[in-house]
Amino acid sequence: MALSKETKQVLFGPILANNPIALQILGVCSALAVTSKMETTVVMCLALTVVTAFSSLFISIIRNHIPSSVRIIVQMTIIASLVIVVDQILKAYAYDIAKQLSVFVGLIITNCIVMGRAEAYAMKSPPFMSFLDGIGNGLGYSFVLLTVGIIRELFGSGSLFGVEILPLVANGGWYQPMGLLLMPPSAFFIIGMFIWVLRTFRKEQVEK
Amino acid sequence: MSKGNDSISKTLTVVISLCLVCAVIVAGSAVALKPKQEQNRVLDKQKNILIAANLLPETVTAQSIQQAYKTHITAKIVDLDSGEYVEGVDAANFDQRASAKNPETSINLTGAQDVASIKRRSNQAVVYLAKDDSGKFLSYILPVHGYGLWSTMYAFVAVKPDANTIINLNYYEQGETPGLGAEIENPKWKSIWVGKKIYNDDGEMAISIVKGEAPKESEHKIDGLSGATLTGNGVQYTFDFWMGELGFKTYLEKQRQGA
Repeated sequence: MALSKETKQVLFGPILANNPIALQILGVCSALAVTSKMETTVVMCLALTVVTAFSSLFISIIRNHIPSSVRIIVQMTIIASLVIVVDQILKAYAYDIAKQLSVFVGLIITNCIVMGRAEAYAMKSPPFMSFLDGIGNGLGYSFVLLTVGIIRELFGSGSLFGVEILPLVANGGWYQPMGLLLMPPSAFFIIGMFIWVLRTFRKEQVEK
Repeated sequence: MSKGNDSISKTLTVVISLCLVCAVIVAGSAVALKPKQEQNRVLDKQKNILIAANLLPETVTAQSIQQAYKTHITAKIVDLDSGEYVEGVDAANFDQRASAKNPETSINLTGAQDVASIKRRSNQAVVYLAKDDSGKFLSYILPVHGYGLWSTMYAFVAVKPDANTIINLNYYEQGETPGLGAEIENPKWKSIWVGKKIYNDDGEMAISIVKGEAPKESEHKIDGLSGATLTGNGVQYTFDFWMGELGFKTYLEKQRQGA
């Protein structure tokens, strides 16, 4: 099945053209917290993509029955339930990583991307497109997180996925790691530069 | 959206049925996955005890860990005040964290006593005794914990049969800054602990984490972690407490005399 133009737009648009972190500046909080190591970053990306996709799907299915007075609460209920299920699954099948991610999986509930997509897209669009929109935004989030994660782990700890790439001075090599990159604020700088680079090449994203 | 959605009866119907569906899904997943999670927790603990004892099998699978744990490790309960073993308690299922929360089985620590910031201490603690394939006694494995910079840090300390020389230190649960405080999990730093003596000749707890590099020949001094002074202090206090009078000191002294 060839993807229609609109489908492609919904699915891949959020990666560069309409990136939730870089353009909409949503979900930055978790981008700071979990990106110091690639392993946790990847799991976090997967978890968020799954939650965004399915919450958009379910919200879209019942969108015509949601009373507007309680719509945010309805959305939260669905998102929270999904997050708990994801957290339980991680604890059962990826215990070590779940231990490291600890509270951040739970915090997907408050991740603005999930809420933002539910409110901005899923409430108005059919289920399948909402599902794709969720995946697309998850991918956009993942793209930024993985970039930040690679930079932070490679230059902060000299490794990727825990495998040593740059031999550290501490282990008898030559690379003196940059401690700042392991601290959450460094992600601010990296995301800032990411946005700068992105907007240099895509002038239309520059705000007037 | 049609207007009917905003009537009170429709709102209530939607909210209640949504809550019911979500509750069933959440509860269902929690209950269905519980045994698997419990198994993971137990396995994780056994693995960390084996790591502390240097007895982790080469191929790490759930089965090999259980097998190695069964052949090498015996759990026993110790009364911390008297330093004696307590019989008749199911050591395998003893939950020290729960015990430390229960007022009947723990003591409240005063500010001066509570150097490791753990608030309460269980009166009974579990120790793990490791033996090799032929049944020869190898080490005591003592669980310790204390507060670092951000989190309570849990570790197993493996001690030689002389009840003084450290074989291994294994921090297995902590939430310190990755790359700085979390380097307490770094194998290179852990290796510094091997062969250090907990008590000096007078029987005083003598482990001390010093700034910078500790002299190699020192029996008690450990290199500090650069950029992680507060975590290092936490480790120091953890040892001060758990190897002191309120911790395993009495037990270890008794073991030394007995051995």
